[in-house]
Amino acid sequence: MSVADTRPAAAAPGGSDTSGRGSAFRSGTPEGDGVTVVEPLIFEHSRPGRRAVRFPSPSAAARQAAASQPRVPDPLRRRAAPRLPEVSELDLVRHFNRLSHLNFAIDLGFYPLGSCTMKYNPKVNEWAAHLPGFADSHPLDPAPLSQGSLELQWLLAELLKEVSGFAAVSLQPAAGAHGELTGMLMARAYHASRGEGEQRTTVLVPDSAHGTNPATASMVGYATVTIRSNERGGIDLQALREALGPETAALMITNPSTLGIFEDQIDQVIAAVHEAGALAYMDGANLNAILGRFRAGEAGFDLMHFNLHKTFSTPHGGGGPGAGPVGASDRMAPFLPTPLPLLEAGDPEEVRRNAWRGRSTPGGRFALEQPDARPTSIGKVRAFTGNFGTHVRAYAYIRSNGADGLRSVSNDAVLAANYLRVRLSDAYELPYDRICKHEVIFSGRRQKRANGVTTLDIAKALLDEGIHPPTIYFPLIVDEALMIEPTETESLETLERFVEVMHDIARRASQDPAALRASPRHTPVGRLDEAGAARRPDLRYRFPDGADSAPAGPTEP
Amino acid sequence: MSSTSVPAELRYSKEHEWVRDEDGRATIGITSYAADELGDIVFVELPDVGARLTQFAAFGVVESVKAVSDLFAPLSGEVVEVNEALRTQPELLNQDSYGEGWIARVSIGNPSELDQLLDADAYHELTGQP
Amino acid sequence: MTYSPHTDAERARMLEAIGVGSVDDLFDDVPPAVRATGFGLPPPLTEQEVRAELGRLAGRNRVPEISFLGAGVYRHLVPAVVGEVIGRSEFATAYTPYQPEVSQGTLQSIYEFQSLICELTGMEVASASHYDGATATAEAALMACRLTRRHRIVVSTGLNPEYRRVLRTYCSGPGVEIVEVPADLAEGGSGTTHADAARQALGDSIACLVAQQPNFYGQLEPMSELAEAAHGAGAQLVAVVEPVSLALLEPPGSYGADIVTAEGQPLGIPASFGGPYVGLMAARMDSVRQMPGRLVGATRDVRNQRGYVLTLQAREQHIRREKAASNICTNQALCALAATAYLIAVGPEGLREVAVAGTTQVRHIAAALEAAGLAERRFTGPYFAEVALRMPRATARREALLARGMVAGYPLERDEAALADTLLLAATELTTDDQVERLVDALQATP
Repeated sequence: MSVADTRPAAAAPGGSDTSGRGSAFRSGTPEGDGVTVVEPLIFEHSRPGRRAVRFPSPSAAARQAAASQPRVPDPLRRRAAPRLPEVSELDLVRHFNRLSHLNFAIDLGFYPLGSCTMKYNPKVNEWAAHLPGFADSHPLDPAPLSQGSLELQWLLAELLKEVSGFAAVSLQPAAGAHGELTGMLMARAYHASRGEGEQRTTVLVPDSAHGTNPATASMVGYATVTIRSNERGGIDLQALREALGPETAALMITNPSTLGIFEDQIDQVIAAVHEAGALAYMDGANLNAILGRFRAGEAGFDLMHFNLHKTFSTPHGGGGPGAGPVGASDRMAPFLPTPLPLLEAGDPEEVRRNAWRGRSTPGGRFALEQPDARPTSIGKVRAFTGNFGTHVRAYAYIRSNGADGLRSVSNDAVLAANYLRVRLSDAYELPYDRICKHEVIFSGRRQKRANGVTTLDIAKALLDEGIHPPTIYFPLIVDEALMIEPTETESLETLERFVEVMHDIARRASQDPAALRASPRHTPVGRLDEAGAARRPDLRYRFPDGADSAPAGPTEP
Repeated sequence: MSSTSVPAELRYSKEHEWVRDEDGRATIGITSYAADELGDIVFVELPDVGARLTQFAAFGVVESVKAVSDLFAPLSGEVVEVNEALRTQPELLNQDSYGEGWIARVSIGNPSELDQLLDADAYHELTGQP
Repeated sequence: MTYSPHTDAERARMLEAIGVGSVDDLFDDVPPAVRATGFGLPPPLTEQEVRAELGRLAGRNRVPEISFLGAGVYRHLVPAVVGEVIGRSEFATAYTPYQPEVSQGTLQSIYEFQSLICELTGMEVASASHYDGATATAEAALMACRLTRRHRIVVSTGLNPEYRRVLRTYCSGPGVEIVEVPADLAEGGSGTTHADAARQALGDSIACLVAQQPNFYGQLEPMSELAEAAHGAGAQLVAVVEPVSLALLEPPGSYGADIVTAEGQPLGIPASFGGPYVGLMAARMDSVRQMPGRLVGATRDVRNQRGYVLTLQAREQHIRREKAASNICTNQALCALAATAYLIAVGPEGLREVAVAGTTQVRHIAAALEAAGLAERRFTGPYFAEVALRMPRATARREALLARGMVAGYPLERDEAALADTLLLAATELTTDDQVERLVDALQATP
């Protein structure tokens, strides 16, 4: 259903900042049409001639020397300067600090967004990524200058191999969906190498899958076949066996699934896929549940992507950057993207042993694989070697935790999700009442049926309590789904408060449903007209009439 | 707008399209039940005038804020006119499904195809509306 | 060091509430046959130890004192205020703005980003960003295939070789065929793509022509003519640009580009060994429904306040699944925020100053090396902020200069055998007269 139901909602009395930091805002700047503005656009702060950062001019000597060289021909020159905002540095700082106050974030409160693993993002990782030795490292610098970057990538790949039981790992993919794309391109290359490229045309995807799985399959030219889930929330083994055939290229399966359930017949699933000559791809989005318990490579999967921004705590950044490295089994490794970071000289065992003790290995030398060194490779999926800054953070995180820490990450994440499962099952319907992994899925069916309060209303009511809502309406096979992933970093008090708030919302759903439907009341803005936004898209600022660009200034050379 | 309205003079497909037979030409659209199920409709991908439709095959797409659905032709024929107003006011599909929210006019290729469609009572029953 | 807050007593309380004896019971669903047999990771480290280890690795990198290396990634001044903005954890530790009521900070900043990119490129609509310039370019080529319903593309070899490799990989999936139109690398040639050559490669089955301005060799392409050639064949022009250059160069919207992509790294993002960066993509409004990636739109809330939401989402994978325009899910929001803050911090005048400084200093380099008889320009015709210079024994001398902490550009023979002994040198506002002099001296001392 739509979010844009413009049911009357009483405006929150007296300002709308719930950050608790005191409102930096006037109650809203009136605009034409009775519309008010919470924070003006930066373009609306602009004043001609106002400036922030300035740059030195080239010297007279440089200009004079340059004059002997070809100029940029007039027809190729810009005639009017781009109308970028003209503001002072203080204008800029205030603008973005005010905008930041309009955001919810992990560092502000509980964020149990299912399938996103919104765990705490440790600060020492940020410190590491900003070290000048890393930040100023050019990706095309000759290898002798980049030994630290290369060693870090090599070590991170070694750690991820150990976490997953795979033979090799590429760090190149920039996101989970990008890892999926990489994996499916590798599947294509594998089948083609065996002369089965034309024959294998379909990819099997369970009905509980994230939308990226079928979209990825399409992007590499595969047709998607959907496999239904059984009544216990697992993949229906019978349906899978019937769907598998000589045309199947791969199964893409999220494990634990988006229902928060570990596929307890996963060994049989993998065996069935392999029997059909197809490949088993694991979407590793939910790896946070099974660290030290299940290693996809060891279990027989051919491919898997990691989400460093989920499992390994790198910040989500409001929607990126992340990183989606891909692990591959022995037979799939030849197809990994190029270039891989290589240990060119030195004994791998010794280099690892030294690094784990914080030492460099004398004589150890790292290099990037030559672009055409591995003809079986699918090639490059991104420029250079991936989101290196994200690799640094993930490396710092894995080293901080170590083996014991990572095991306890999954233990505590699963413990918290199961705790919420038992504590909330009296108030909300539990479609799959069994031990869950890192997340638990409830349904708002009961509230909808009895009181006309939808899952969307429940989500919006949570906003008023300073809690980010769970993922809603996903997975698609659960009606009115509420997908809750507490993660391991939330204290018992936080979990208890969430339980209390969810119980309170269930109570209010029966006593005063209209009030719930009018939420949120205390957020900076209320429910937004999403239908209007999509019907008449307004995707950029429109300069007022007459706000012509200044002519581009003198543009030597 | 009423989600239970099923005009008696129209024919319906199981895919929730309606047909108004106007002497060899048919106006087609989606039912108000379908429009309600989709929610606020934000975009309609219309067929080109001159396109040939095949009964029960997809001929366009309708998008709401959170869903996408194919449009299936309730009968075969050539598109002679499309509802241009939907390009700027897709909400007409929600507001007036059987009137201003019509989608296309089609020259009927095979009148016997109409027999394969539901009448109002049968469609009403299909949607399980009270 | 772990980040779990739980005490053993709290864990025991939770286990009791769940009704299981131990945490191992919660993993009974993992079939015994496939349970992990090992987990041979190193022991945990304290913050002090983590700092020492990361410091060790960062210290093994040697950031050159002087570098003329660009080739798609440019070292610019990143104003302190940019770091301050993106360092705010309200931005950094938020997720995708799926709940707009508590995500207006991210949403409005993306709307501002889209607006800035439109203004810079002269295009009507810009996406919320892509992984990097190379993947944005590959997605643009596939978008052109959807728009034209054609399955072959023409790519100028003036396009960055990294981008060409990524294009090849992306196109291999859906089976899009790539035809290359060579840049003129002949002796005395312009290093650019001739419109005639492009016209020959184009035909009635080509979806788009992909060309870069300034091109990989720093040379200025005849983009208007290339646009005409593409349009004459019913194809689209995908223009790959460099954002700082747009302070001085004609915006792609003016020369008829249909889709514009760019690497946004020069806009306030450190080189960081290749990422994270931000891919820019802009297009005409009539193709927005085939555009991949997130878009933010302005709207109103129930209180009649202006607000922003993710919009036109029916294009995307979470709704359209196998029929989506792309599988892309994330954008690079925090990097897009850096680019936004950068463009605002420098403003139109500052961006012009940056572009002028780079174009002036690179000419200073070329002039100084030519005057000293050390090198000659490999191509004729105008270039922008990078120049291809030929000198005897270029590769060996570049190696020798490395020992002096200097990176003398990018050896073009790595990608093109025809460009032996040719180095691509870049300048930015960080390039000083002193550095240019030291380059001349060092080359003179290294015959």
